[in-house]
Amino acid sequence: MMRTLRPTFIGAALVGAALLGASVTAAPARAEEAPELPSVNWSFSGPFGTYDRAAAQRGFQIYNEVCSNCHSLKEAYYRDLIGIGLSMQQVKDIAASKRVPALDENGQPTERPALASDHFRAPFPNDLAARAANGGGLPPDLSVIVKAREGGPDYIYGILTGFVDPPAGFHLMPGLNYNTYFAGHQIAMPQPLRDGTVTYIDGTNNSIDQEAHDVVTFLSFIASPELEERHRMGIKVVLFLLFLTGLSYAVKRKLWANVHH
Amino acid sequence: MVGLHHSDVKNPVLHWIDTRLPVVTMIQKEYGSFPTPKNFNYFWAFGGMAMVTLLLMIATGIFLAMSYTPHITMAFDSVERIMRDVNYGWLLRYAHENGASMFFIVVYVHMFRGLYYGSYKAPRELLWILGITIFLVMMATAFMGYVLPWGQMSFWAATVITNLFSAIPVIGEPIVQWLWGGFSVGNPTLNRFFSLHYLLPFVLFGLVFLHVAALHITGSNNPLGIEPKGPQDTLPFHPYYTVKDSVALCLFFLVFAVLVFFFPDLLGHSDNYIQANPLQTPPHIVPDWYFLPFYAILRAVPNKLGGIALMFASILILYALPWLDTCKVRSATFRPIYRIFFWVLVVTCLVLGVVGEQPPEGIWVPLGQVATAYYFFHFLILLPVLGKLERTLPLPESISQSVLGGGPLPTGAASKPMEKA
Ligand code: HEC
Ligand code: HEM
Repeated sequence: MMRTLRPTFIGAALVGAALLGASVTAAPARAEEAPELPSVNWSFSGPFGTYDRAAAQRGFQIYNEVCSNCHSLKEAYYRDLIGIGLSMQQVKDIAASKRVPALDENGQPTERPALASDHFRAPFPNDLAARAANGGGLPPDLSVIVKAREGGPDYIYGILTGFVDPPAGFHLMPGLNYNTYFAGHQIAMPQPLRDGTVTYIDGTNNSIDQEAHDVVTFLSFIASPELEERHRMGIKVVLFLLFLTGLSYAVKRKLWANVHH
Repeated sequence: MVGLHHSDVKNPVLHWIDTRLPVVTMIQKEYGSFPTPKNFNYFWAFGGMAMVTLLLMIATGIFLAMSYTPHITMAFDSVERIMRDVNYGWLLRYAHENGASMFFIVVYVHMFRGLYYGSYKAPRELLWILGITIFLVMMATAFMGYVLPWGQMSFWAATVITNLFSAIPVIGEPIVQWLWGGFSVGNPTLNRFFSLHYLLPFVLFGLVFLHVAALHITGSNNPLGIEPKGPQDTLPFHPYYTVKDSVALCLFFLVFAVLVFFFPDLLGHSDNYIQANPLQTPPHIVPDWYFLPFYAILRAVPNKLGGIALMFASILILYALPWLDTCKVRSATFRPIYRIFFWVLVVTCLVLGVVGEQPPEGIWVPLGQVATAYYFFHFLILLPVLGKLERTLPLPESISQSVLGGGPLPTGAASKPMEKA
């Protein structure tokens, strides 16, 4: 039966693959002028991928010094920073330097230094305040931003490095900025990174490409803190299943050896 | 029927139970010695895979529900908490999310297997009908599950799909408000969807039980589509098919594991990582991949009511399939013309899937319409007519005769009425 099925099946599979290919190539045409995203070599891509600790720590420095003025990271805790190689003491010190909302003993709103177990401090108390401070634009929470955009880390990298002068004749609305990769090209975020925006503690060259690379590595870690554990477990599971498949197939061959079917 | 069961079970405890409630005997009969055609190919392993997937969905789902909060202000964050703070929560959640995709992949293959080998034909009509019902309940379950993480696609897919009912004249609007529990998709909607999403898998479990019970009355079809003639044509289910199905299950888990561990978000939509926002419509609302062909059919007609009618018809029509296909020969192996049209149908469904992914503009509109028309043509016109006209190939005398390479008998022998039943 498989013999008669196979050629037609392969035929259908090929047609299916061709269709998928067509839909993929047709997709950019739909988004009209959507430019091709930069393709960056990320340490965390592929089944063996891990986060480059040094890059993620530099990325945290950028988030801390630049992005956190506008963007919250509400799903993350300070203690998560242990995952990029900081010590518990470093994490406690970082947290203690932030002040988070609290209530005093009279029930009045006050602030206290953050603990490692606190969520990252949000720059604005609510969306209205965030919009008011950003000319009407709402800086999105960045906790899962890498997963929330098609193209993932490449797209975020593109946004951060994609600020250029608008082409001649492009009508830019007041208060907005031209960005190659943003849908419609008019983004409410002013260019956050330039060559030399931060001075790295570890002395790494602070070009805009390096900065964008580092902060995206950090944001990818925040979006998927489980990635390394997931990859490690995945490799074990896949190896085990390969072994089990082989074993069960051998048993099946032996069992069925004398059956004519 | 009153009286103790005479059990052959040796183990004294099991014997005691079996005498009073013959479950051990039942399991032995239905899964141990159950006579099974000996010529199954691996396409017969997909039913077992679907059953395993259902159990996996229930198991992961129950643990997810322990940490999930069905409230519009907390649902999104609670799913993130599952991913970050619950021990192996990311594994539970990714397994559940990708498990839904695996479930549909497996069930689609299972259904097309039935179409290819004519498994829906007499006497297995009721088995097929139960299968289509399972498919419908599965779709409802998955649709409501997709709403739970309360991302942008959750919210807008729920809005678009529930809104469809408003096209029904007069009672449409009240029905939609009744479904929503309000005047838009909101907290009452999320709450009831969670409740139903928890309930329906157990309904599925019951339906699957009936599906298997019906199967064990008629016995399985097989790649030749002829009934076994005796013990020489069958093998006991255990160990032959328990072992063969294990091989298939291992491969299934391999694919599943690669998805969960290395590409967990491949089949999802990035917009669902943005919390639902009723004030901001995403530019391009699409359902999960497994609904795309039906979404394409829905949008194939410019009229809303016509669209939903067609979409539901495209599934309901499958209920009538055992009577629409007038050919008595089951397996496409012996139906050279049907075999070609079967693959045309497969390609049509793939085309519909691709069209469903695209915005309804340009070439995609007529392509979707042609594919939709062809889908209905296949079932409503082609199958009834082809069954009358097609010259089928001679059927083998029996399964074992075909297996031993005796070759088919002359046409006369093959068309014995009994063979065609
Ligand atoms: C001065 C405030 C400000 C700073 C500083 C800032 N952003 Fe933004 N950002 C915004 C605003 C406002 C938006 C919303 C833009 C819009 O929707 O038009 C935004 C949007 C974004 C987006 C989403 C783009 C999209 O596709 O929707 C990303 C990603 C982003 N910012 C990353 C960053 C990173 C990384 C940093 C730090 C290097 C940063 N931002 C610093 C204000 C800021
Ligand atoms: C027929 C079996 C089932 C199917 C097809 C199914 C399907 C789905 C889907 C598609 C999602 C959305 C996944 C996502 O985007 O994250 C989901 C979420 C969910 N399901 Fe199920 N499910 C099934 C059974 C169950 C059961 C038995 C339970 C337990 C009571 C359950 C509990 C949940 C919960 C709590 C969520 C929200 C958390 C999340 O989004 O990951 N499911 N389901």
